[in-house]
Amino acid sequence: MDKIHNNKAWLLVLPVFALVAFSAIVPLMTVVNYSVQDIFGPNNRYFVGTEWFSQLLRDPLLHNSLLRQFGFSFSVLAIEIPLGIVIALSMPRRGLGVPTCLILLSLPLLIPWNVVGTIWQIIGRGDIGLYGWALNEVGIDYNYAANPTDAWITVLIMDVWHWTSLVALLCYSGLRAIPDVYYQAARIDRASHWAVFRYIQLPKLKNVLLIAVMLRFMDSFMIYTEPFVLTGGGPGTSTTFLSQTLTKMAVGQFDIGRAAAFSLIYFLIILLVTWLFYTAMTHTDDKA
Amino acid sequence: MEWMAWTLPTAIFFIVIGLILVGMTVWQMVTPGVKRRGFLPISTTRGDRLFITLLAAGYGHLMLLGLTVWPLWIATLASVVAFVIIMKWG
Repeated sequence: MDKIHNNKAWLLVLPVFALVAFSAIVPLMTVVNYSVQDIFGPNNRYFVGTEWFSQLLRDPLLHNSLLRQFGFSFSVLAIEIPLGIVIALSMPRRGLGVPTCLILLSLPLLIPWNVVGTIWQIIGRGDIGLYGWALNEVGIDYNYAANPTDAWITVLIMDVWHWTSLVALLCYSGLRAIPDVYYQAARIDRASHWAVFRYIQLPKLKNVLLIAVMLRFMDSFMIYTEPFVLTGGGPGTSTTFLSQTLTKMAVGQFDIGRAAAFSLIYFLIILLVTWLFYTAMTHTDDKA
Repeated sequence: MEWMAWTLPTAIFFIVIGLILVGMTVWQMVTPGVKRRGFLPISTTRGDRLFITLLAAGYGHLMLLGLTVWPLWIATLASVVAFVIIMKWG
C-alpha cells in the first residue's frame, strides 16, 4: 500500500512558530531597527545609519568591559571545569554517600542569583562577615569594596561557589554512564589511575564536558545580578561586565539606539562562540 | 508597526534575508542538497554554509566599521563574493 503523504502536521507547528516570532524574532528585528536610529521618544527619532556601530567599536568603555568579560568567563571555565571533574571523580559510587553528595551539591544551584550576591556581600564584609573578618584577622588586608583585585577574587569565588556543582553533577552523570567492562579491561591491563582517567574517563566525558563548558560560558558571559549586588560593578569599573555596561546605557542613560547597537554586537559574539562550541560538539566524529 | 521603528534600510535588510531564506527553500525543494566537505574544516549542508556566510558577513561589516573609514558597501560586496565562494567550494 502506498504511504499517504500528508503535510498537514506542519500546521500544528504554527502556534510554536507564532510564539517564537513574538518572543524572539520581532523583538530582535526591533532592536535592529533601533540600532540605526537616535531615539528620543515614540515619534521623535532620527536615522543615523551605522554611526552607533562605528562609535561603539572604537569606544574604550566597550573594549574594556569586553576584555573584562572574556577574562572573567575564561577564569570561570579554567577553575570550574577541572574542579568539577575532580569533585565528580571523588564522589562515592554507591551507598548513603550518593544521595548525601547529590543533595549537598544541588544546594548552591537552588539559590537565586541576587541572594547569592547578598550572601557574599555579607560574608565578605570585614566587620560582620565570616570570610572578610577571618582574612583581616590573619593579617591580609581584604576589602572587596575598595580593592579591585579583592573585588575580582570575590566575584570569581562567588561564581565558583554557585556553579561548580553544575559541572560536578554533569560529570558525575557522565562517569556513571561508563560501562563497567572498560574498568575491568583496564584492571586486566594493570592501567594506572592516570591512564584510566586519561584514556577511559576523559574521552567518555567529552560530550558532557562540552555541554558544561557551553552552559558555563554562556551563563558567565551574561552575568549581571551577582556582581551588581556584590560590588555594583565597582570599585571604579573593575567588575563592570558587558551586561551591566549595556544596562547602564539602555536604562540609565536611556540611550536606546546606542544600546541596541551594543546588544547586536553582544549578540554576534555570543552567536559565534556558541556556534563554535556547537560545531565542535556535533562534528567531532565527522570523518566525511 | 509604528512601535517597531522601521526604517527603509533595515526593511530592505530583512526583506533580503527573507528572500534568501525563501530562495534557499525553493532551491532545496527543486534540487535537494547533500552534506559534503569543501575547503571548510567541517562537512556542511547548504544551510550551514549560508549561516557561516551570514555570520562572517556580520563580523566583516563590524570590522570595516570599527577599523576603517571605508564606505560600508565594500563589506557588502565582499560578503556577496564570500557567499558565492563558500556556497560553491565551502
